[in-house]
Amino acid sequence: MDLLAIPRLVFEFAVYLLTVLPDLLPIILALATPLALGALCGVLNERSGVVNIGIEGMMLMSAFFGYLTGFALHQTVGSAVAIWLGIAVAVGVGALLGLLHAWLSVSVRADQIIAGTMMNIAALGVTGYLNRLIITPSGRGGAGVIPPFRIPPELADLPVVGPILAMFLDQGPIAMSVIVFVLVLQFGLFRTRWGLRTRAVGEHPKAADTLGIDVFRQRYLNVILGGALAGLAGAFLTLESTGSFQNGMTGGRGFIALAAMIFGRWTPVGSFLGALLFGTATAFGVVVSVRPAEGDLGVILRSIPTFWYAALPYLLTVVILAGVVGRSVPPAADGVPYAKEGKA
Amino acid sequence: MTRLRAAWRVASIPVYSILLALLVAAVVIIVSSTFTATGFDPLLPLAAYLRLLIGAFGSPSGISNTLVAAAPLMFGGLAVGLGLKAGLFNIGVAGQFLVGAFASAVVGASLAGAPMLVGMPLAVLAGALAGAAYGFIPGFLKARTGAHEVVTTIMLNNAATLLLTWAVNDLVRAPGFTFPRTAAVGESALPVLIGRNLHLGVVLAVVAIFVVRWVLDRTTLGFEIRTVGLNPEAARYAGMRPVFITALTMTLSGLLAGLAGSIQMLGVIGFYAPGITASVGFDSIAVALLGRSDPIGILFAALLFGAFRAGAPLMQIETSVPIEVIDIIQALVILFLAADLIVRRLFRVRAAKPEIAELQTVTKTWGGTTPSTTPGGGD
Amino acid sequence: MKDGPTAGSARPVLEMRGITKRFPTGTLANDGIDLDVRRGEIHALLGENGAGKTTLMNILYGLLVPDAGEIRIDGAVATIHDPADAIARGIGMVHQHFMLVPVLTVAENVILGQEITRAAQILDLAEAGRRIRALGARLGFDIDPGARVSGLSVGQQQRVEIAKAVYRDVRILVLDEPTAVLTPQETREIFGVLRALRQDGASIVFISHKLDEVLEIADRITVIRRGRVVGSRRPGETSEQELADLMVGRSVSLRVDRGTSHAGAPALEIVGLRANDDRRHETVRGVDVTVRAGEIVGIAGVAGNGQDELIECLVGLRRPTAGAVRLAGRDVTRASVDRRRDVGFAFVPADRHRYGLVLPYTVRDNLVLTRYAERPYVGGLGTFIRQDAAIDEAARRLIAEFDIRTPSERDPVSTLSGGNQQKVIVAREFRQDLKVMVLDQPTRGLDVGSIEFIHRQVIARRDAGVGVLLVSAELDEVLELSDRVLVMHRGRIVGEFAASEAQRDRIGLLMAKGAAA
Repeated sequence: MDLLAIPRLVFEFAVYLLTVLPDLLPIILALATPLALGALCGVLNERSGVVNIGIEGMMLMSAFFGYLTGFALHQTVGSAVAIWLGIAVAVGVGALLGLLHAWLSVSVRADQIIAGTMMNIAALGVTGYLNRLIITPSGRGGAGVIPPFRIPPELADLPVVGPILAMFLDQGPIAMSVIVFVLVLQFGLFRTRWGLRTRAVGEHPKAADTLGIDVFRQRYLNVILGGALAGLAGAFLTLESTGSFQNGMTGGRGFIALAAMIFGRWTPVGSFLGALLFGTATAFGVVVSVRPAEGDLGVILRSIPTFWYAALPYLLTVVILAGVVGRSVPPAADGVPYAKEGKA
Repeated sequence: MTRLRAAWRVASIPVYSILLALLVAAVVIIVSSTFTATGFDPLLPLAAYLRLLIGAFGSPSGISNTLVAAAPLMFGGLAVGLGLKAGLFNIGVAGQFLVGAFASAVVGASLAGAPMLVGMPLAVLAGALAGAAYGFIPGFLKARTGAHEVVTTIMLNNAATLLLTWAVNDLVRAPGFTFPRTAAVGESALPVLIGRNLHLGVVLAVVAIFVVRWVLDRTTLGFEIRTVGLNPEAARYAGMRPVFITALTMTLSGLLAGLAGSIQMLGVIGFYAPGITASVGFDSIAVALLGRSDPIGILFAALLFGAFRAGAPLMQIETSVPIEVIDIIQALVILFLAADLIVRRLFRVRAAKPEIAELQTVTKTWGGTTPSTTPGGGD
Repeated sequence: MKDGPTAGSARPVLEMRGITKRFPTGTLANDGIDLDVRRGEIHALLGENGAGKTTLMNILYGLLVPDAGEIRIDGAVATIHDPADAIARGIGMVHQHFMLVPVLTVAENVILGQEITRAAQILDLAEAGRRIRALGARLGFDIDPGARVSGLSVGQQQRVEIAKAVYRDVRILVLDEPTAVLTPQETREIFGVLRALRQDGASIVFISHKLDEVLEIADRITVIRRGRVVGSRRPGETSEQELADLMVGRSVSLRVDRGTSHAGAPALEIVGLRANDDRRHETVRGVDVTVRAGEIVGIAGVAGNGQDELIECLVGLRRPTAGAVRLAGRDVTRASVDRRRDVGFAFVPADRHRYGLVLPYTVRDNLVLTRYAERPYVGGLGTFIRQDAAIDEAARRLIAEFDIRTPSERDPVSTLSGGNQQKVIVAREFRQDLKVMVLDQPTRGLDVGSIEFIHRQVIARRDAGVGVLLVSAELDEVLELSDRVLVMHRGRIVGEFAASEAQRDRIGLLMAKGAAA
């Protein structure tokens, strides 16, 4: 190879990225949605001082019960109603699991990482158990998925704006709602009474307590709300994205979400950007096989086995954690149970 | 008598937790029975638990199955428990198990025709070293950058599954099979000692229990590991090197997890194929927590979960209660251990509570508090 | 007792009657305490560490529930379950460890819990800022509502705490050891603020163990010892000596008898030392100090002026960016903690729970913690196996020698009292072959008995020829023990005083401003 091989390849890679951008953009948000919702769950938890590594389990459990609801009801009430009921059930299950985690972390003062691990194992067990007991033997399918919104083709075909519009608007309602949640939570966390109290409780609970703020109540509220968001992420997986349930289908998304949260320095907008980054990594693996590159670049990209592309988001998580963590500071009281001394 | 009482003070909460977990799981089985063809059956849990018991202990082969299933759990439980002693939560046992199993399979297969006394030890060693290397990565990252091992090890679990699938497909696939797999390990297998399947790995696992116990209780390395786990700042001031100990402990933890994979490969499975079960991963966490990170406790906890795993197939076949009920029981056991307040209230236990302070350290380092931000001035 | 005109009206705003509190550990912290506070008075609560002052005030503020007794406010019985109740009744408290959220701004800290909002809970920080400025102007201090608390000095943070109370229309303000970490100048400023508050009609409870300050600021003084009220005085009718005797329960000599020092050869030399903190800001900016054998050198300074990093460089926990450290003539700048200890170095940390002890460990393991890998505590395969018999024997010897009160050497060190925990560290560190000792606030939070014990030990070591470097934010301790006093400010040594000429005010000014005006 000549001296210019490397720069030429980099250039070709950039050009390739630009040419596949129209294919890449619309799937990024969909891939990032469960990660972003999971990361927002993490932000709500950790900003109030509760570590939650059970997001994965919360998602899986919600995904299953949302699916189960649609599966049980779509023949009686119709698909559309069944799906929306399923989403509601998923969010409710998420909130309920949030309540459990809050109780363990805040009231019982259990070790929060072990409580989260319990959540993850329980989710695998409960969903695997019921799946084998109810859904697999029936041989029936579920309620399907919510039809995504479609932008008019005139708009989608616009040269530059089209793919960008498609990225945000050619999506199902849950994916589109993510952007709303991100903005509302960003504003709420830094500009409202709820946000101020949340941050105070996560940084210095005793100071908040001496000002008459109920630390327990604030943490319960946030962990339950976070659980609801994780539940929505689960609903997205079964009722907006795939329309089916497989054991362990969350595939580590709850943990990648945590990495996105740390990458985003515990802010909603930052976490969303982190989720988009992971979404892009996953989307790239998909696009490379659908739209192979040409020339030397194509040879190189094709020589990398697909399993490596599949492993890319996981490896990226490790790299990002190793690179970012040391430089970003979590809330000071993160993971520390609050105990009022001298009180029963 | 006093010794017995002291033992009960330590064991009472785990024992009560198991009983409560079985009770709650029974309720789950009863409630869920209404959704099945057989319909509501309040006696189903009894039937299921009876089959579980028979499957695990009802015959010589059942007992043998239990011991064989317990052996990798002993290694895995030690892997998690050792990490907890140093304040590290290694939930990457699943990945380290797979890597260890793969390495043992490849080395074992390449020495399949060599004498057993050559092939077998080398294959075991390969598994141990591969697990150690895979444990070193999150350990090093934690020590150097503060990346929390809970997230990195889970990610490495997923990566291991994918990359080993690729390796079996593209690198070491044995010819002549309809699905991707490695060649059989042949003479490198662990020899069967008693009956149909009780292999040497079971003995190795029990030996490992006592070796780890000795290291933790009696050696300076054990003292260093425990000190770093309880108070890394004090450890640094005492002249220990938390960065080094953290990386080393995670490596040793990976080594034990790799051995779990290795003995499972060389004693039971015999070849590597994608999708081999890595339920040892989460089982090990339950075993370590149930055994309160103490090697002897881990021995008993591993036997219990080994029995569950050995008895579960019979239960599923004869009562249609899905095997996954074991995962539910596991999660419940951890729940009641983590929330031991419930157990204390219910049973009015006045038990020793030593390990809580140790376990708290797992969450303490969340979010990137490195064991040490500056290298301790080693000359 | 008759009231003077400045001491407020006769009717008490606050009456506490028969307050009793026993902790789960068995300590009787308050034993039937009675206390009256009148409108517009500054009432000092005097007592040594552990006497029960803070417990009493935490009960008043709703942080603790008393076992017996009642609280009356304006004559009516008040039940105070939590801080919200206290705030609603006009009670405010400035805690010894500030209750401020460092990452939030001044305004956010002040309004927290009683936020000024527009529609939909949206914070109105502009209006909050206006109110806080106005409040500062009334009490006579500058305050920047938009500043982040983590960037403020200790004195400024204390003003934020007072602003928090005044913002909530405080009528009874409790200050717990407010001057402990202040320079004499800052103390004077805070006294001005307190007098302004009194002028406004507020009542102030001032917790302290410093006799001179209590005599200067208080209208009345109540002395507490071991959970009981042992006397009540007016400043004009008493003396430091009488208050001290009341406080401790026996006649005490107020000065430690230090004797004279006989300084010898340099034991510890710090040359041009520079170091960064964890955020890579340079906080030690060229320090030169020489401690000779047989002298005690004290470094005074407001906390956070680089003392922590300096100490970590000396102990071997932090690597300096420039300069050198020499122990008994040997360069140890880059040596490990172990290596320094071998040369004859000992360290008593300020935070014994952080550096000094492993709390769940037994007393015996803590007694050998820093020498765990030395013979005879190890043996067998090189230095791999711990020798229990040798460890037990050494532990028993040290427990006897240093009078450590513990049931046995195999009890967890966490079950010991603070004073005995500190003795474990001292027993471990004060070895025979010592050349240099670094003490970082060695008596923080201890009772008078333990303080005396440790001071005597330090002076004994000095007389045996050990060079001692004492670092403390508490000026009193530095002045009491040191043969020479250095002042550290913003990472530099800005002044040096011989013990005899040490002048509080000049040292205080240097601590605060870095230069004598």
